[in-house]
Amino acid sequence: MLGLTPAQTVGPYLSIGLPWSDGPLVVPETDPDAFWVRGVLRDGAGEPVPDGLIETWQADPDGCFAHPDDPRGRHTSFRGFGRCPTADAGDWAIRTRKPGRVPDREGVLQAPHIDVSVFARGLLNRVVTRIYFADEAEANDADPLLATVPEHRRRTLLAEPTGGGYQFDIRLRGEHETVFFAL
Amino acid sequence: MAEPLVVPSGYRRDDGTVHPPLDYAGYRSTALRAPSEPLILLPHNLTELTGPLLGEGRVSSSSADLSVQPGGEALGQRIIVHGRVLDENARPVPHTLIEVWQANAAGRYLHRVDRHDAPIDPNFTGVGRVLTDDQGNYRLVTIKPGAYPWGNHPNAWRPAHIHFSLFGRAFTQRLVTQMYFPDDPLFAYDPIFNSVRDERARRRMVSHFDMDATVDSWALAFRFDIVLRGRDATPMEQP
Ligand SMILES: [Fe+2]
Repeated sequence: MLGLTPAQTVGPYLSIGLPWSDGPLVVPETDPDAFWVRGVLRDGAGEPVPDGLIETWQADPDGCFAHPDDPRGRHTSFRGFGRCPTADAGDWAIRTRKPGRVPDREGVLQAPHIDVSVFARGLLNRVVTRIYFADEAEANDADPLLATVPEHRRRTLLAEPTGGGYQFDIRLRGEHETVFFAL
Repeated sequence: MAEPLVVPSGYRRDDGTVHPPLDYAGYRSTALRAPSEPLILLPHNLTELTGPLLGEGRVSSSSADLSVQPGGEALGQRIIVHGRVLDENARPVPHTLIEVWQANAAGRYLHRVDRHDAPIDPNFTGVGRVLTDDQGNYRLVTIKPGAYPWGNHPNAWRPAHIHFSLFGRAFTQRLVTQMYFPDDPLFAYDPIFNSVRDERARRRMVSHFDMDATVDSWALAFRFDIVLRGRDATPMEQP
């Protein structure tokens, strides 16, 4: 077995190398069913993080992935990937559609979710969280991963509906710290 | 309930000896940014086993050569950086996007936040992109970046490095790291390099001088192989 290459921080200058002009567009801007997921990235003092990067990965609206390892073999051209650097006020946004429900290994349907990576100066490795949707209460109640999260912290994983989209703030540390996962 | 899916096997989990701890006192910025709560286990299901395969269209014929801009050639020591991207099971990772960014030869980034008193090079942006080929090989041309001061502690200098970002083939494989150069005297003083606690793991971030890949009268060469996570068992053959 080969030894893994260790992670290192993106540092303060990730905006030189990582942003794409179409990064925030998981779906084309013209998609009539698209909405913005917006959020603010904050640190342990509650201050905005202006030099971070948010990346998202999700299924298409039917719960399928544009990837050969999706064993259901249905073809989708859905990009599924979003990337947005945080601005001076820590704010970021991606334009997407709600993912369909994806079954787990036992065939249990997970609630609609988006996997999220957060990169920033001061993070020696990415941290990983998931966006769930507050208006999917029934599906969320049956979600096998949410069930493993202490109840009082689940709210940190819920994107709240706003006018025409959702709000998903990320708190790296401290009060109302977002739940992060070991991947 | 739906039929159980034949989901491919998951990826091997870090035993805690390879990646740096998120909370590392030597690197001051971790204090306010590293999560304080324990991480919760995320099983590897389809969302984690898949990932963006976005190579084509993100690279161009010139994006793998950082040493030349439309206005002219960058100053500094021209180098070739090449290697292979593999997984832990020694399988090549083909057609995966590698994104790099770095300081110029004087140790200055082309970034509004970088106030280091070192010259900007008008012919160096410090951004590159390349795809691995079907055997996981990649090759970049650039100039050797300079060391730079960073204010983490008195007289703090980063060893020369190139930032590398890789997607791999799955969300689990995503990796951002830094490539270092052999025998840098600043290694001993750099908390970011030393945040990787295992010495053998640290060495895997250091490129090797590669005489065979140098080009006579043109460029030196360094080899940097990158290993992403591998599956923890051989996946079932699909019918
Ligand atoms: Fe750097």
